[in-house]
Amino acid sequence: MRKLKFVGLLAMVVLLSMALVVGCTGGQKADEGDKAKDQEQTAEKPDFPTKPITYIIPFNPGGQSDVEARRQQPLLEEALGTKINITYKAGGGGAVGWTELIHTKPDGYTIAGINIPHIILQPIARENAGYTTEQINPVAIFQGTPIGLAVLKDSPFNTLEDFINYAKENPGKITVGGSGTWSGHHIALLQLQELAGIELTYVPSSGAAPSVTQFLGGHTDALFANSNDLVTHKDKIKILALGSEERFEALSDVPTFKELGYEMTPSIDRGVAVPPGTPEEIKSILEDAFIQIMENEAVREQMIEQGFVPLKMDAKAAQEHINKKQKEYSQLLEDLGLPEEKK
Amino acid sequence: MAEFLQYFAGAMGHIFNLSNFLLMTLGVAAGIVVGCLPGLTATMALAVLVPFTFTMDPATGLMTLGGIYVGAIYGGCISAILINTPGTPSAIATTFDGYPLTKKGKGEHALVAAAYSSGVGGVIGAILLMFLAPLLVKVALKFGPPEYFWLATFGLTIIATLSAKSLLKGVIGGTLGLLIATIGLAPIGGEMRYTFGFYQLQAGIELIVALIGFFCVPEILSMVEEVVTEKKEIQKFKSQKGVAREVIVKLTKQPFLLIRSAIIGCFVGIVPGAGGNVAGLVSYNEAVRWSKEPEKFGTGVVEGVAASESSNNAEVGGSLVPLLTLGIPGAPPAAVLMGALMLQGMRPGPDLFVQHGDITYTFLISLVIANIVMFVLGFYGAKYVARLINLPASFLAPMIAFMTIIGSYSIRNNMLDVFIMVGMGLLGYILRKLDFHPGPIVLGMILGPIAEKGLVQSMMLARSQGSILEVFFTRPISIVLIILCLISAFWPMISEWNKKRRGESQGVSSNG
Repeated sequence: MRKLKFVGLLAMVVLLSMALVVGCTGGQKADEGDKAKDQEQTAEKPDFPTKPITYIIPFNPGGQSDVEARRQQPLLEEALGTKINITYKAGGGGAVGWTELIHTKPDGYTIAGINIPHIILQPIARENAGYTTEQINPVAIFQGTPIGLAVLKDSPFNTLEDFINYAKENPGKITVGGSGTWSGHHIALLQLQELAGIELTYVPSSGAAPSVTQFLGGHTDALFANSNDLVTHKDKIKILALGSEERFEALSDVPTFKELGYEMTPSIDRGVAVPPGTPEEIKSILEDAFIQIMENEAVREQMIEQGFVPLKMDAKAAQEHINKKQKEYSQLLEDLGLPEEKK
Repeated sequence: MAEFLQYFAGAMGHIFNLSNFLLMTLGVAAGIVVGCLPGLTATMALAVLVPFTFTMDPATGLMTLGGIYVGAIYGGCISAILINTPGTPSAIATTFDGYPLTKKGKGEHALVAAAYSSGVGGVIGAILLMFLAPLLVKVALKFGPPEYFWLATFGLTIIATLSAKSLLKGVIGGTLGLLIATIGLAPIGGEMRYTFGFYQLQAGIELIVALIGFFCVPEILSMVEEVVTEKKEIQKFKSQKGVAREVIVKLTKQPFLLIRSAIIGCFVGIVPGAGGNVAGLVSYNEAVRWSKEPEKFGTGVVEGVAASESSNNAEVGGSLVPLLTLGIPGAPPAAVLMGALMLQGMRPGPDLFVQHGDITYTFLISLVIANIVMFVLGFYGAKYVARLINLPASFLAPMIAFMTIIGSYSIRNNMLDVFIMVGMGLLGYILRKLDFHPGPIVLGMILGPIAEKGLVQSMMLARSQGSILEVFFTRPISIVLIILCLISAFWPMISEWNKKRRGESQGVSSNG
């Protein structure tokens, strides 16, 4: 008798675990059989969506991409009339998730968050990132996080000019933290070095959190960071310049790099993409849903308050933006001769 | 302190509101279930359940999430004790003595010790967080690249403790772990290492996949072996009266053990990047070192379980220090909590205490209460949970095998992880036959990346300063860590020498 009870208990544990796994994986394998049927239908007139959509986040839970997806989730569900399952495929700075995306069926039921410049830089810098920039099929870009250069409050540098002048006299002396190699922060540093003719020592961390901690602890002299982190720590730091096109609402007293004469707009932009070959009709249904969210005033306000720049790029504008940045970055890396060195 | 008193009454009102309290308790229970399943981590539990808290008001939502976090870290000990598989990486050190206790038929001893010490550790951690957060964060900020390097090096010296039988085998295991950790994208520099053309390997080998492989699979195989050879290695669990009291009295008589472990846990927690796994291992190491009978550790003593568990639950409090004071998450679960805070419209950081004092203090006090709830659940559940091991191996082995596959897949939703788990499992089985302990291997895996990042970053800083010596050897915390490394590395020799001396002096006194 007793034994039976425990078998029952164990069965419950197993069931619970299965329920959780289904929750985590977002039922992406669900209804495999239905997929073919759905595709036939969509060829004529898009009856989309008829089942849950999987939203891949190629980063760990709790990161900015996750927060954004979570913010969108209920609104997307409302706009599309179906469940949105968020699933995490972290690794390789996003590369694992994006590779996964381009290999899924192009039926609109799998979408993934994308980050620019990651999707541009990884295929350039790595021998085999698993995907190419061209395979990423953007639906929309909804958020920008301009990258800024900051120093601590007690730093002798008060302006970007001070910083650059010192760097000119002391090449390699200033240590600058940032997140990742061949990442948005790294490229911003390379751009600044090139434009200002200076040499800095880049100390990359594996993530924004450790680089900010090191900077606040005084272990690096300066920091390249995303606008939201800069907003969080603005009481403790001096922001020398920001990578937005125009001045940013939440940090209106900070000049842009452009204003100061440096033609650079480093930024991490977030959007969403589908696999290559997804039917245009389906893509535009998804596009409309995202545009609806981008026009939501409450979402915009929350983003600005947290240090993000709300963007509104539809599929076409997003593709153009990616193309433009791709050209800019491959030119820069070619000028510096860096991709060769990488290989 | 004044703020604390100001918000105390309001916070208590929130916490002991019936629905809030029930949701928190439910959170703890859900956390325990998730935590005890290998592969489903605290981070995952939080991420999956965060959306449900959107509709709650902030205090309720945070209390529920806090409960899940606390429960999940504790839950990891259950599978660690019963089937030698840490349910979460935090419970690695719990296996060292927890599982031997189960083998002796003393599973309940281990489970009660875990519940009690987790509760005590968790409460200490939460209290330190509540009152000393602004102070503790200063320590966290003092940790720069050289300190991380020395901390990781210090961690590696624990191999000496873990491989009491053969130091050589321990070092080989540790090296293997360090090598496994190099697979994937280099943390600094961005090179691809040992990916052999598999794009999935860019992400490296996930620790939890390795844990399941090295700890759990060999266990399943030896269960099968037992059935085949009809040799019984695990004794049946029989419920005895008074076990719970006996264990608690025993541990309460050693307050130093629990408090020391909790403080270690809290400190490791505040350093971003080092998590509950490091906390548990370091505390275990210290428990062995301070013990009068170090040779008994690893054979099944409740003190070993207590050291690990007290520490990893105190780490919860510690990991929230950088989050609540700086707005920087100290551990992956804290990152998910940060996301939840932001979606509730609160910006993590010093503003929390000023602008949302009542919610923040409600959350902090609820962590203390959640730990007590967790203790009660763990305490009364121990007797029943311990019986699971009495299931015949023909049920147990396939069931656990099934869970290893689910667990290793769900951690990253990646099928390659399942194959890696199986491969590592076979390797682990062979290594076990050769008398290698899996501890040093996973230790290498955990600490390798921390040491590498610290080393490379320090070298970069040294290049700009023009002095390697200055960066590595002149910073105060570094010096302390270097001394700890030396003591720890040579401890087996020191204790040997000590024992001899003590033996002699005892001999003398008995003569006299």
